[in-house]
Amino acid sequence: MAAKKKTQKKAPALNDQTIKLIVNGQTYTFDIGGRAGDIEPFHTLAHTLRETLGLTGTKVSCDNGACGACTVIMDGKAVLSCKILTVECDGKHITTVEGLRNPETGELDPLQQAFIDQQAFQCGFCTPGIIMTSKALLNEKPSPSEEEVKEALSGNFCRCVSHYQVIRAVMSVAKGGQDG
Amino acid sequence: MAEKYRYIGQIVPRRDAVDIVTGAAEFTADRKFPGLLHGKVKRSPHAHAKIKSIDKGKAEALPGVKAVLTWKDIPDFRGGTPRNVRILDSKVRYVGDAVALVAAVTEEIAEEALDLIDVEYESLPAVFDIDSALESGAPAIYEEYPDNILPGGTIIYGPNCLKGVQRGDVEKGFSEADVITEGAFGYENIPSAIPPESVGAVAQWQDPNKVTIWGTSQAPYMDKVTLFHVFNRQVDIRSIGSHVGGGFGTKIQCWQVESYAILLSKATKRPVKVVFTKEEHIASFVLRLGSRIHARVGMKRDGSITAIQGTWYVDTGYYSFTTQAQVAIGSGELMIMAQCPNWDLKNHVVVTNRNASGSMRGFGGQELKCSFIPLLSLAMEKAGLDPFEVLKKNFVKPGGGYYWRDGKFYNFRGIDFSKAMEKGAETFGWKEKWKGWLNPTSISGSKRRGIGVGVHGNADIGEDASEAYVQLGYNGTATIFLCVAEHGTGQKSNYVKMVAEVLQIHPDRISMTPADTLVTPFDFGPVGSRGTYAIGSAVIKAAEDARRQLLELAAPKLDVSPDELDTADGIVFVKNNPEKTLKWRAMGNDRTILGYGRFEPDFTMCNCMMSFVEIEVDTDTGKVDLIRVVNATDVGKIIDPLGLEGQLNACFGTAGIDSAIFEETILDRRTGHIMNANMIDYKWRTFSELPAIDNVVLETPFPSHRFHAVGVGEVATSPGPSAVLMAVSNAIGTWMHEYPMTPERVLKALGKTGTGTGGVK
Repeated sequence: MAAKKKTQKKAPALNDQTIKLIVNGQTYTFDIGGRAGDIEPFHTLAHTLRETLGLTGTKVSCDNGACGACTVIMDGKAVLSCKILTVECDGKHITTVEGLRNPETGELDPLQQAFIDQQAFQCGFCTPGIIMTSKALLNEKPSPSEEEVKEALSGNFCRCVSHYQVIRAVMSVAKGGQDG
Repeated sequence: MAEKYRYIGQIVPRRDAVDIVTGAAEFTADRKFPGLLHGKVKRSPHAHAKIKSIDKGKAEALPGVKAVLTWKDIPDFRGGTPRNVRILDSKVRYVGDAVALVAAVTEEIAEEALDLIDVEYESLPAVFDIDSALESGAPAIYEEYPDNILPGGTIIYGPNCLKGVQRGDVEKGFSEADVITEGAFGYENIPSAIPPESVGAVAQWQDPNKVTIWGTSQAPYMDKVTLFHVFNRQVDIRSIGSHVGGGFGTKIQCWQVESYAILLSKATKRPVKVVFTKEEHIASFVLRLGSRIHARVGMKRDGSITAIQGTWYVDTGYYSFTTQAQVAIGSGELMIMAQCPNWDLKNHVVVTNRNASGSMRGFGGQELKCSFIPLLSLAMEKAGLDPFEVLKKNFVKPGGGYYWRDGKFYNFRGIDFSKAMEKGAETFGWKEKWKGWLNPTSISGSKRRGIGVGVHGNADIGEDASEAYVQLGYNGTATIFLCVAEHGTGQKSNYVKMVAEVLQIHPDRISMTPADTLVTPFDFGPVGSRGTYAIGSAVIKAAEDARRQLLELAAPKLDVSPDELDTADGIVFVKNNPEKTLKWRAMGNDRTILGYGRFEPDFTMCNCMMSFVEIEVDTDTGKVDLIRVVNATDVGKIIDPLGLEGQLNACFGTAGIDSAIFEETILDRRTGHIMNANMIDYKWRTFSELPAIDNVVLETPFPSHRFHAVGVGEVATSPGPSAVLMAVSNAIGTWMHEYPMTPERVLKALGKTGTGTGGVK
């Protein structure tokens, strides 16, 4: 993991501003500025996750909010990390695909296991975004209907066409949900 | 086949499954390099222009910029077919053509530097389609080809590369026909496959003449070969593959982006990453071929085709990499689906001032068939024949044959696919739904349903060479050395299954090298549908070779001959006396058993995919909905049930069925810009609009390798588009002959807007 807990403080930041992110349960504080490791005002959350924290599980495809590959969960909601500036995320709790495993046991989230069991991916590039969108849905609604799953995922581009297997995977977990 | 397998055909989790669902799978852009620079490409705003001057001074002076390269800074390195396309040139040939390359410490600085490069252009007249490119007096895109037609043939298919189909006597064929139809039909909406991962590469130069390239290629070894020639056979190239975020055939054409990274790394002596934005990916990377035929077909009342005559015009955009190869394969594929004794099918590869077309699943055959089947449909209607019966009848069968890419005729030694086709028709309910040509299956208010059918087969299942090593470990393990980058088919896991089956050890005991040309032997790459038979054969042979060496080593120790021995679970035993055993460990830890396998190309078999589609047209809005698809095939033996399902479900994506309904790139013919080069304006099917799909897969053993299987993944997209054209025509009772069938075209055909007839030429 390239991600370090708290970037070390160097010379004071230009405008002396810092920003705090809680990513996968760990708290990171960054300076806003132009030095290596700083958050620049134009950095997207996707950029910060991938390039600054090294969390490359979050993918960037269109980089324009159209394809859902960069989806992460922020304060419980699925969001497109390529359309959010990191400077707007101070104090936010963010979960990426790397954060779904049980931190103690390393056990996969049941949704991740369902994706393996149903082979709900082919190239796997869009998979992290699809998993995070599905996870946010299941958190909010543990027993969604198939139509609700499709609707939730309608902004996630999958070009290999693993849609059918994805739906099976999500529904297999939904059935096991507390309301199911 | 009653053979029982431990792993073949079983559902086994993919080896990369945990990495994929946890985000650990490493794609090219995920790799980390100390001191990495970011490369960007300055692109032409003109469709056709000479570069009068370039001033890069301001860009070079920008802090953080490490190199700026123009055509003046680099030698005359060329790629393409023929090899006539410079990496950077003094002329630009499409909107988006590369003008200059920049490397800088951040992407943002590199982008800023692009704007600081001053370029003065002398604009030239441009041509954007086949007609204007072929007009007399049209501007020549290349001086070498004044008529805008590229030479036929490709060097990799040999001196007699198939350039068309000449066979029998077409006049005689037409004289025997009961019906003859003629016309011009096209598939010219040049859709994009749009893999989610954009094309890109990282290069690390090492003086004086070595470079390592980490690319998004789906065929890393072939990139080594291609780049070797591009750089005038002076550079030693090591090519390393990563997880590939979708290829769909396009990512064998990565030589340009790789060349940019290599040149920038050479100039800066640092690793340089160039990854296209999604806009560049659509506007400056591979699109589907534009295809149009002017042809005539003769048919008897029994559905047999008596003659095919015509010219296939292929619009390749501003250059060709694989287009002549696609013409060869596409022509052969048409013979596979249309077993006709009399042929005169010529072709022209035409260059135009737009982004390049090239390799994409379907590889010429999809494009040709989408143009040909509408013509054949007119003949079937005239003869009053059911298209399912005609397509089934004319598809190659044992005893038949076809010309293939090297210009030779091959007698087909595969299986009869009729059974799979019939099973597909039965599953779909074809006989109940077919109401005759231009008749809807059902009408409900403003909604009219129609059905259509298409077929495709490709003899690429045994194309090109593959090599593999399998090394045995003394502890009952094995390692596969193979240059295959996983691009989504799951084939890397299937090679492990094959080796596990040959050696009778658990897949968990088998490792695999990365796709690295420094480590592995040659492989052409998992392109087309060659993964199962061609690559699989090399892997199987390597495992068998290793096993043979192991048994030969064990035989004297067990005092028997090698053919009396077998092995399972890391133990060698005497077949007639299983008590008598020797652990693999007995080979010692100071010995390497390395098996080698090679597959030689075999063009004598093909795969087959028939797709049945049902669509619904809303005659008020003109919208076409895809209701149901049944894909029917026979794969000999299923290796990976879930992977196969995914590949077949892919029928609508990647410029497949949906290229008949809404997928297209829209070219502004005044300026040459692609207007929808982004993922909002380029339309793609979402999770909420999925059709019902059934896949009918039979397992009639093929004479391929020891598991009797053949690949089929590539062709899933190919039969669908023309089937949709047929289905919409039937639904609305009017011939539709243009792709895609947008609401505008449908309403026009229904006479609800404009005065046209829906594109009937």
